[in-house]
Amino acid sequence: MTVLIERVRNALGPELAGPFAAFVAVMIVFGFAAPNFLSRATFGSVAFQLPELGLLTLAMLLPILTGGLNLAITFTANMAGLTLAWVLQSQGGVDAGIGAFVLGSVLAIAVGALSGLIMGLVTAYTKAHPILVSLSMMIFLRGLGEFLTRGGDVSGIPGFLAPIGYGSIFGIPVPLLIFIACVLIWHVLLTRMKLGFNTYMIGSNIEATRYSGINTRKVQVLVYTLSGAMCAVAGIIMLARFNSVRVGHGESYLLITVLACFLGGVNPFGGFGRVIPVFVALVVLQLLSSGLNLMGANQHLATAVWGILMITVMILRWLAGRLKFLNTNRG
Amino acid sequence: MADQALDVAASRPLLSLRNVNMTFGGVKALKNVSFEVLPGEVHCLAGENGSGKSTLIKVITGVYRPEAGAVIDYDGQSYSHMSPVTAQASGIQVIWQDLALFPEMTVAENIAFQTVIGRWPRLVNYAEMRRVAINALQRLGVTLDVDRALHHFPIAQRQIVAIARALVGEAKLVFMDEPTASLTQSETDYLLDVVRNLSASGVAVVFVSHRLAEVLEISSRVTVLRDGALVGVYPTKGLTQSRITELMTGKTFDYSVLHRDLSRSPAMLEVKGLSRPGEFEDVSLTVRRGETLGITGLLGAGRTELALTLFGMRKPKSGSVVLDGKPVRFGSNRDAIAAGVAYLSEDRLSLGLIQPQAIADNMVIASLDKILSGGFISSDRKRSLVNRWIRDLGIRIGKQNDAISTLSGGNQQRVAIAKWLATEPKLLILDAPTVGVDVGARAGIFDIVSKLADSGLAIILISDEVPEVYFNTDRVLHMAQGRIVGEFTPGATTLQAIEEAVYA
Repeated sequence: MTVLIERVRNALGPELAGPFAAFVAVMIVFGFAAPNFLSRATFGSVAFQLPELGLLTLAMLLPILTGGLNLAITFTANMAGLTLAWVLQSQGGVDAGIGAFVLGSVLAIAVGALSGLIMGLVTAYTKAHPILVSLSMMIFLRGLGEFLTRGGDVSGIPGFLAPIGYGSIFGIPVPLLIFIACVLIWHVLLTRMKLGFNTYMIGSNIEATRYSGINTRKVQVLVYTLSGAMCAVAGIIMLARFNSVRVGHGESYLLITVLACFLGGVNPFGGFGRVIPVFVALVVLQLLSSGLNLMGANQHLATAVWGILMITVMILRWLAGRLKFLNTNRG
Repeated sequence: MADQALDVAASRPLLSLRNVNMTFGGVKALKNVSFEVLPGEVHCLAGENGSGKSTLIKVITGVYRPEAGAVIDYDGQSYSHMSPVTAQASGIQVIWQDLALFPEMTVAENIAFQTVIGRWPRLVNYAEMRRVAINALQRLGVTLDVDRALHHFPIAQRQIVAIARALVGEAKLVFMDEPTASLTQSETDYLLDVVRNLSASGVAVVFVSHRLAEVLEISSRVTVLRDGALVGVYPTKGLTQSRITELMTGKTFDYSVLHRDLSRSPAMLEVKGLSRPGEFEDVSLTVRRGETLGITGLLGAGRTELALTLFGMRKPKSGSVVLDGKPVRFGSNRDAIAAGVAYLSEDRLSLGLIQPQAIADNMVIASLDKILSGGFISSDRKRSLVNRWIRDLGIRIGKQNDAISTLSGGNQQRVAIAKWLATEPKLLILDAPTVGVDVGARAGIFDIVSKLADSGLAIILISDEVPEVYFNTDRVLHMAQGRIVGEFTPGATTLQAIEEAVYA
């Protein structure tokens, strides 16, 4: 039995233990407390809500792994969504064709990537702190977006976009499929590719990485560019779901993405953290808020419970660390 | 033993330790050590890295608590252990290598800030501070402008400031940890004079230094530690450098110099007139295939700057570099690595290895392209590459994915060497490869270096320890103030002659 546990632990990695335990706890608690929790409807709502927060969390993850942060994720997503919306509008609004959508999506991702590219270049060359750089970008994008939209909505989206926000293939929601695809891309990037390897190394010690012959500037620039591109994917999904774009949509997700990363065992100082545990952490957060919803709790209360969960996890991690310490001392 | 012959009855010891034991994670760092310091004497604590010197200092200053049974008699009181607060309050001061000073504050503030803490009214009395500082400096026989910010002064004078601060704290016993490690000879002489003044004013000084010439010059007695145990206490009169080395290592060294005939070996690296103003000037040197070239000199002689330039991390102002017959000009260290240059940093902790990350990752970081398969990192190739180097270099590790920081200094350095060998270099530059590596492991590292040279690699070994380059290289260059000022062949020149040239 212990061998089995050990094997599972080795396969999943130690970071997964926390989020997985939280997942089990949430399932058990709500399974008892809310009779209709273990139902198709719950999982349907989670499956549709997860992708937006999830994609933005993926965008946040890479910079955090390098020891940085990208505070501009939500407004980058908005700008990308606006880009797509404008392209569709200019091609006939609700009557726009698939061609316009493809062109708009490519441009949207380019806009997201450009926002990341600029942050990456500034961070890598000036060595300014990423918090300051991305904060500046966030304020810039917000101001620019509000100026261009005059604070209003941009709508007039062709009907064929709806399936991207609401459709299902074989019973699995399309946004969830897109999100899972992005999770897998990030997973492969971080575990199997040079860029991922270097991302972790930079996060632990950028100078030592540079001395090892790694182009650390290139890595930083790529990390922020990819982060921006991922924001754009989130922006496109948000456009399809809301049927419109407004600058400020999803703003409250910003700090939740940071929370989800840390809940998924990502080291706040960089260098350590994996995609799959972050994915599980996201599912836990979403289940928690859906469960509370079912029990009739207020949406704001759900947010408060997320905060409590995070604090609990930190205390449990500290306790686990102490127990390990006691064990090694005895041995 | 010699300590019995010593007449200690003349004066009652200021500090006397008995039965001090200390264990870290199963390793005995101190084994039943006793140690004694007389009032006002200059006492040297000698031992190789890892012999327990700093552990002993930390026991005396209360950082570590010795195992039960220890007795610490200090200044008429008896303790089972010290605490940092008691140690300081009763006049025990340590001047660590990093000095712990405030570079932006004035000399007076650095010396006297403790005197103005916690008194009412909570205002800073600058006049009082200056008076206290000038007083302390006078006791050392030194005059400094106390109103200037500390960063204007060279390192030797900062040392003096640290000592003056200890005096303000009413020191009776001052520990100095490698105080001369970064000083030139004239600065060292100046510091030693200050230590003599200090001792004459009744303060006992415990002096820790690698440089045995200084030990012989300044101290009246020497306590030698080896592997955490006391070897003995010896009056300095009658000791020689080689005798102390024997006591520290427990071996009589019959080192032999290398004898390799490289006259027909082609040049791997030819440097002509390389300059970076302010760092090094007009450096010309040649390293042949299979040759190990030593570069020695004091800290700040420009050795590391030269190495970083050869490694492409700094650009030369003028001069030329030819590697394996081809002239090279590197835009970055990536170019240098691709051309076959590898550089093992002198700072293993913060530049050489990525301490929190896995052993395996640290080993493959510089040669990732070699473990790619179809653009992706192949975990099989990675594992086999790591296993190969672990076997070839005899590295002792737990698991490949353990953090590199879990390894001993010697094993870490082997991983760092493996990391560079994996890039298949033509020229390997080793900058102070034995810093923080204990004696046994040092010999192991030099065995590796010697085998690498025999396999045709060109090696540059940089070290400020002359014996290290003397016994492990084919030729020794002496660098001082950015220039190469001498070339020696071990065997043809005596070790002593080179040491005199370098440390003079």
